[in-house]
Amino acid sequence: MMTTETLASSAVTGSRIEAGPRGAKPKTLTIARVGVYVFLILAALFFLMPLWVMVVTSLKAMPEIQLRNIFQWPQQITFEPWLKAWDTACTGRDCNGLKPGFLNSVKITVVGTAISIVIAALNGYALSFWKYKGANVLFGLLVFGAFVPYQVVIYPLIIGMREIGLFGTFPGIIIIHTIFGMPILTLLFRNFFAALPPELFKAARVDGAGFWQIFFQIMVPMAVPITIVAVILQVTGIWNDFLFGTVFAGRENMPMTVQLNNIVNTTTGVREYNVHMAATILTAAVPLAVYFISGKWFVRGIAAGAVKG
Amino acid sequence: MAQLATAKEGGAVIKAASSSGRKPFRLSTLMSIVGTTPMIATAVGVFVICIIYSFVLSFTNSRIFPAFAAENFVGTDQYARLWSTGRWLISVNNIWFFGLLSIVANMTAGYLLAVFMDQRIKAEDWFRSIFLYPFAMSLVITGLVWRWILDPNYGIQATVRGWGFTEFAFAPLVNSSTAIYGLVVAGIWNGVGVTMAIMLAGLRGVDSEIWKAAKIDGIPAWRTYLFIVLPMMRGAILTAFILQCVGVVRVYDLIVAMTQGGPGISTQMPAVFVIQHITDRSNVGLGMAAATMMLLPVIVLLGVQAFAQWRANQVKEKA
Amino acid sequence: MKKFAVVAAMATALLGSTAVNAADVEVIHWWTSGGEQAAVSVFAREFDALGEDKWVDTAIAGGENARSATLQRTLGGDPPGAAQFNISRQFEELAEAGLLLDLTPLADSEGWRDFIRPAAILEVCEFEGKIYCVPVNIHSWQWAWASVPAFEKAGVPLPKNLDDFIAAAPKLQEAGIIPFAIGGEAWQIGGAMGVVMLSQLGKEGHEAIYKDRNLDVAGGPEVKHAIEIFKSLKGLTDEGSANRTWNDTTNLVIQDQAALQIMGDWARGEFAVAGEQPGVDYACIAGPAEQPYLDTGGDIFLFPKQDDAAVEAAQLKMASMMVNPQVQALFNNAKGSLPVRDDVDMSLADDCMKAGLEILKDPNHVIQGAGIYLTQDSIGQMDDLWAEAWSNPDLTVEEIQQRFVDIIASAE
Repeated sequence: MMTTETLASSAVTGSRIEAGPRGAKPKTLTIARVGVYVFLILAALFFLMPLWVMVVTSLKAMPEIQLRNIFQWPQQITFEPWLKAWDTACTGRDCNGLKPGFLNSVKITVVGTAISIVIAALNGYALSFWKYKGANVLFGLLVFGAFVPYQVVIYPLIIGMREIGLFGTFPGIIIIHTIFGMPILTLLFRNFFAALPPELFKAARVDGAGFWQIFFQIMVPMAVPITIVAVILQVTGIWNDFLFGTVFAGRENMPMTVQLNNIVNTTTGVREYNVHMAATILTAAVPLAVYFISGKWFVRGIAAGAVKG
Repeated sequence: MAQLATAKEGGAVIKAASSSGRKPFRLSTLMSIVGTTPMIATAVGVFVICIIYSFVLSFTNSRIFPAFAAENFVGTDQYARLWSTGRWLISVNNIWFFGLLSIVANMTAGYLLAVFMDQRIKAEDWFRSIFLYPFAMSLVITGLVWRWILDPNYGIQATVRGWGFTEFAFAPLVNSSTAIYGLVVAGIWNGVGVTMAIMLAGLRGVDSEIWKAAKIDGIPAWRTYLFIVLPMMRGAILTAFILQCVGVVRVYDLIVAMTQGGPGISTQMPAVFVIQHITDRSNVGLGMAAATMMLLPVIVLLGVQAFAQWRANQVKEKA
Repeated sequence: MKKFAVVAAMATALLGSTAVNAADVEVIHWWTSGGEQAAVSVFAREFDALGEDKWVDTAIAGGENARSATLQRTLGGDPPGAAQFNISRQFEELAEAGLLLDLTPLADSEGWRDFIRPAAILEVCEFEGKIYCVPVNIHSWQWAWASVPAFEKAGVPLPKNLDDFIAAAPKLQEAGIIPFAIGGEAWQIGGAMGVVMLSQLGKEGHEAIYKDRNLDVAGGPEVKHAIEIFKSLKGLTDEGSANRTWNDTTNLVIQDQAALQIMGDWARGEFAVAGEQPGVDYACIAGPAEQPYLDTGGDIFLFPKQDDAAVEAAQLKMASMMVNPQVQALFNNAKGSLPVRDDVDMSLADDCMKAGLEILKDPNHVIQGAGIYLTQDSIGQMDDLWAEAWSNPDLTVEEIQQRFVDIIASAE
């Protein structure tokens, strides 16, 4: 199956990148070399431009924004928009800024990541070593699930959540993230466990260890690297989610992305672009921090998990 | 599909797994089932039952609530209406156009970047970080930022005009025939880094002997990249391609944040169509018909792929 | 306000909820612009002042988004305590499914049927003889908002109808003014088209199409001319119109950058918040036609059933508060809408509001919006059509009209 193959290969993407370039070895600075750098620097400017625009816009006061020069560094730096975005920006009569959304997103992300990873690890482990009748069919369905457009299942899920009384609740949104994180995470863990030397498992079985013992005593400690990849994947995935947050989270648990969209679309009088940009940076801060801290792990994570959309 | 899923697995593992079934440790098998209850529930409950449920609903005239009484079944009326709805036709056109353009641009740019990154450059880590960081940001943020940059009155257009080029025009989002290009640019900004990373890994997976041979034969580097190395990277290309496809079919957040389907309905997409019809438009039947149409290409693609894989295995076995 | 509190308390007592615990009532609405927030704050303040109960505000920008949230949450079994809808058929399925709190006893005891006028706006709340929602204001789409300084600058008089306006547009353009301000959202385009249509069709034609589904009228010359006007308005807009919100657009008229906006009377709230004077800074042109009509659109609140008796008591209090004459005066004045009852102190009303009240007195000039006759599904199809016609210059007038006829023909 293509997914298994491609995704398995992408899980090792990161380590291959570290292998170093194989291109022709340059000896002197030729015109071609200059061309390479010019191209890369131009590309880099394109990628950095939006970040630059966000930052400078968020540091300007509104009159300066009216001057219509989005690239220019502010003549007078103000942190007012940041404070407002965080603390007092309004949606309707609620003027609490992004703060509540931030806390909600932290809660949803931490709990959602932990639960979905434990479940996915168990799945991967069971699928690698304890295959029962029909396990492969289930796995196939799950992989298929990675490709299903969310819109196809969202309506029945609302009904299902209602039936179990969890629609619009914290456990509800956690379950939703667990469901949609499961295909890709299970795949990750299954591929990881399947690649372990089978002797490990056999020896433990000979010693009489059972399903849970082997999982906790042997597999979990070994699975640390893949777990890091999974954590990065889930943290950015859940944090950046918008659709599920709007539908399933309920008012009390509204995540930051949803709140951001609300704040940006609420205008009283003049549109406060500086506040909007500050709010945007604040919302992006957590996944960006994860990205910069995790470095090369992140590359492995997204290559394996981009399929999540 | 399931058999294919295990095709790549190490034989030893399969043996270990299947032999464990024969051993008298039935309790462990039970534990395995218990341990994977959430998976069973998700695979069957969500990816089978929910999809069937949606599919059945598409043959009813349900409005907000599911209606399954005999008189609610209207046959294929919803499909007939769907395919005569201007907005749906526009959505379908858009997704093809957006999809093709994004994927081609993304793959081309991704490969180019990867090739340039592969030139033993200095500060490779820096460049990679820069090309990849947008992907860490959500599509909502991507959409908001680009909407701001492309704003006709404050964005690039206004800025460049302020520099004295008063005729300068670059505001794709304001015009219904160009708005979709704005979406493509934002999408590429967000996702090209991933393609680059996958392609780079692919490039470096190519045997270094190839390079030596090409050099001895005096083939210029660009030709080696294009005609020799590229065809050898099928795996990486396929991975990047699949990731792109899945992203395109699901495109929703970007539209909501950037154009909300406008100007007019010129950037509507199927995903937005579905969500709107199961909520404000109160026509779940039609929405589910649209959702089913979204699922169709996915199933066809996966089916074709599974078949190709199966054929390949057959050939291998014969040989 | 004291007297009102007594009435509310009586209403509660009447319904037998003796144990009045404090309750939170979450209200979903889409009032997020400046004028709208001033208005919704009236409700919130007055409700909080009634006692221990609290107004919990869930504002969601965009009517479509807010209604979607309400419907989705009702479907999911987690409905809000109160929710805003338009005077329309948007919520009929909720009432049919028995998910809404029955307000009939409260309405009977307070005599809603006697004082709410025109009766049509209460009728949309009725299902099988029971009342399930409260109309809180009357809004009409049939207005144009003009910047007086902008027309002065161009040296053209204020237009009396749309043909006048289109004739004056070149002079406005010469003076560096955007003649026609509109935001590119589908509902704004659709709404403006509704106004253009009515200005050509009149009451009879309007009812023939939407109420009687008369396809000859829908395919007739008035509709054709309306589409032609609509297409020529497109050429009079500015570049920034794509995806602009309605109040950002109104702001262009307030700042005299644009000359005219077709928008419902909720735009008046924005002028008020900006401190503009009617007749001096801006003009409200009813119709825009010599024979203006008003449609009785507007907002209603409905109250999804809750398990908690305390919440139910609070919901009834809120419903009662919303039609209270004093609250009606304060609320509608801030909102720019007309009150739902006659016995309201209108001394605060400005000239535009008074003009509206005057038209409202003549039943021949009052119509019901298309949303009363058609489902949201059909309304949405029409919005889509107008949006497509707006943004795609290749669609011919004939094609557009044919599609319009098809929508009317297939409407339920």
